[in-house]
Amino acid sequence: MTHRTRHLLPYVLIGLAGLAAPLIAPTYLVQLALLWMMILFALTWDLCGGQMGYNSFGNILFFGIGCYVPAVVQRGLYRHIAEYATVTGGEVQKLTLTQYFTGFALGLALAVVIAVAVGAILGSGILGMRGHYFAICTLGVGIAAGEIANGWEYIGSGSGMLAPIYPGTANARPIFFYYLFFLFAVMCFFTLKWMYSGRFGLAINAIRDDEDKAEAMGIHTTHYKTVAWCVSGFFLALAGGAFGHLNNFIDRDVAFPGATFGVWMVLMAILGGKGTIWGPVIGATVFHVTQEFFWTYLFGWQRVALGLLIVIIVVFFPLGIMGWLREQWPEKFGETVDVAARAAPVSLGDS
Amino acid sequence: MTAILEVNGVTKLFGGVIANDNITLNVPQGGITGLIGPNGSGKTTLFNSIVGFHPIDSGFVTFAGRDISRLRVPDIARMGLLRTFQQTRIYGKMSCVENMEISVPHTHEGLRTIFSKYPQAVTERGEELLDFVGLYAKRHLRAGDLSFGQQKLLELAMALMNQPKLLLLDEPTAGVNPVLINTLIDRLKRINSDIGITLFVIEHNMRVIMDLAEHIYCLAHGRLLAQGPPDTIRTDQRVIDAYLGAR
Repeated sequence: MTHRTRHLLPYVLIGLAGLAAPLIAPTYLVQLALLWMMILFALTWDLCGGQMGYNSFGNILFFGIGCYVPAVVQRGLYRHIAEYATVTGGEVQKLTLTQYFTGFALGLALAVVIAVAVGAILGSGILGMRGHYFAICTLGVGIAAGEIANGWEYIGSGSGMLAPIYPGTANARPIFFYYLFFLFAVMCFFTLKWMYSGRFGLAINAIRDDEDKAEAMGIHTTHYKTVAWCVSGFFLALAGGAFGHLNNFIDRDVAFPGATFGVWMVLMAILGGKGTIWGPVIGATVFHVTQEFFWTYLFGWQRVALGLLIVIIVVFFPLGIMGWLREQWPEKFGETVDVAARAAPVSLGDS
Repeated sequence: MTAILEVNGVTKLFGGVIANDNITLNVPQGGITGLIGPNGSGKTTLFNSIVGFHPIDSGFVTFAGRDISRLRVPDIARMGLLRTFQQTRIYGKMSCVENMEISVPHTHEGLRTIFSKYPQAVTERGEELLDFVGLYAKRHLRAGDLSFGQQKLLELAMALMNQPKLLLLDEPTAGVNPVLINTLIDRLKRINSDIGITLFVIEHNMRVIMDLAEHIYCLAHGRLLAQGPPDTIRTDQRVIDAYLGAR
């Protein structure tokens, strides 16, 4: 096997498994769809938290925007304003196939635009803060967004909103959402991989390592930080849009689940290894699968088991799975552990 | 020779402490100027005042004819006025080559350049400059794994990558292997004469600064104590008293 094929093998295998999943495990499709969503969560969190060193606890904001906007757009397109109350009041919405998908696509597009705009506006202020201050502020933003959604009548306030019923056959529904999440996660992975490979990746790594130095070298730190947060927002809004429609019902607890999804995205990235591209993927997979096992076999104790797992991760694998592997076999990760180079004297030659 | 940097009556207070007291000096274009003074005399504070690291309480600073007293650090850096840090700052978790690549000048930046790749020429230039400071063999090591003196050399190379007009060096030889100091002096002179970067250097090693600088300013207790060519400074009784303590 040449180096190149060995390098491509994981992509091909994961891609094939991802595509074939509806045939292999049709009964687990919703769980698998959520697995791709978890991978997307961990990847987008790691973009700011791992690669850039800005620990955000408010990324759920973008997810929530993504949940609400497509539902609002579909309502706006196909319902008379007098009927709005029925949508938020609990009556099932039935749309034709074309209406549903047109509205959904337009809704996702608008959700992305709004999420990126919100990221840019909030980011230009919040991203000026560093360390704990940034973390606490984003935590507040996430909670505030939930409270606003809960009190805003236009989007159903406390009683929530109903997304339209999927118009296709009952069998097609999980397949559609599975492939949608699969597509979003794959798009997210390759976009980030591409971004990390150039100037952007180096710049946000520089900000992580020493932001004062980055500023002293003239790097436009605010631009980079804002772009990074907006890219997180872009993909989280897509994930939110798909999740809202998969769940059908949207209210504060579905759209802004800070204590579950919001915390899990941090955990998964740390479990897999911050600051790597595969770390979040592995972390999300291990976390999601373990969690499903706990719910199935340790029901009643699932939260305890999950807590125990987190403690074990933090104590024994503080660098995450990828970080641990990298420490064990650094040369497999393209790092030169050249003892000779390390010991080599600094040679200025003679001039 | 025209002055590239002019410091006019700059005062910086930290509470009741007068760190810089009405300091006026200028750095001529194309030369090497030295800044000496005992510990705590305000040298690094003056550097910080110049590059916009903190606001100054009075006076003003001009760089290449433009008032920069109110500009922020990155804006000043992009104009071509760069500084290195006494406590050496590099990007520790990145390799030496990556440290070099990200140090290119960041003058014009839009979404297109943010997402661009680095051309091969940038990497090659980075490796060339690493070779210039003697770190070529270590170019793929993590910068954080280098010794303090080696990080100092890396920081110097990163500054060169940025193509500044004026470089403020805060103790460039501190922590560098004494055997290498002579070659480092030679490198600094070549940076000045061959690459054409004006240098303004804080240095504690008297042998180094006397050899390097054409004109030296001496600070003591936040005030400008003396100035002149190395020979004058060397024999100036006030400077000797400031360092050794007058009886």
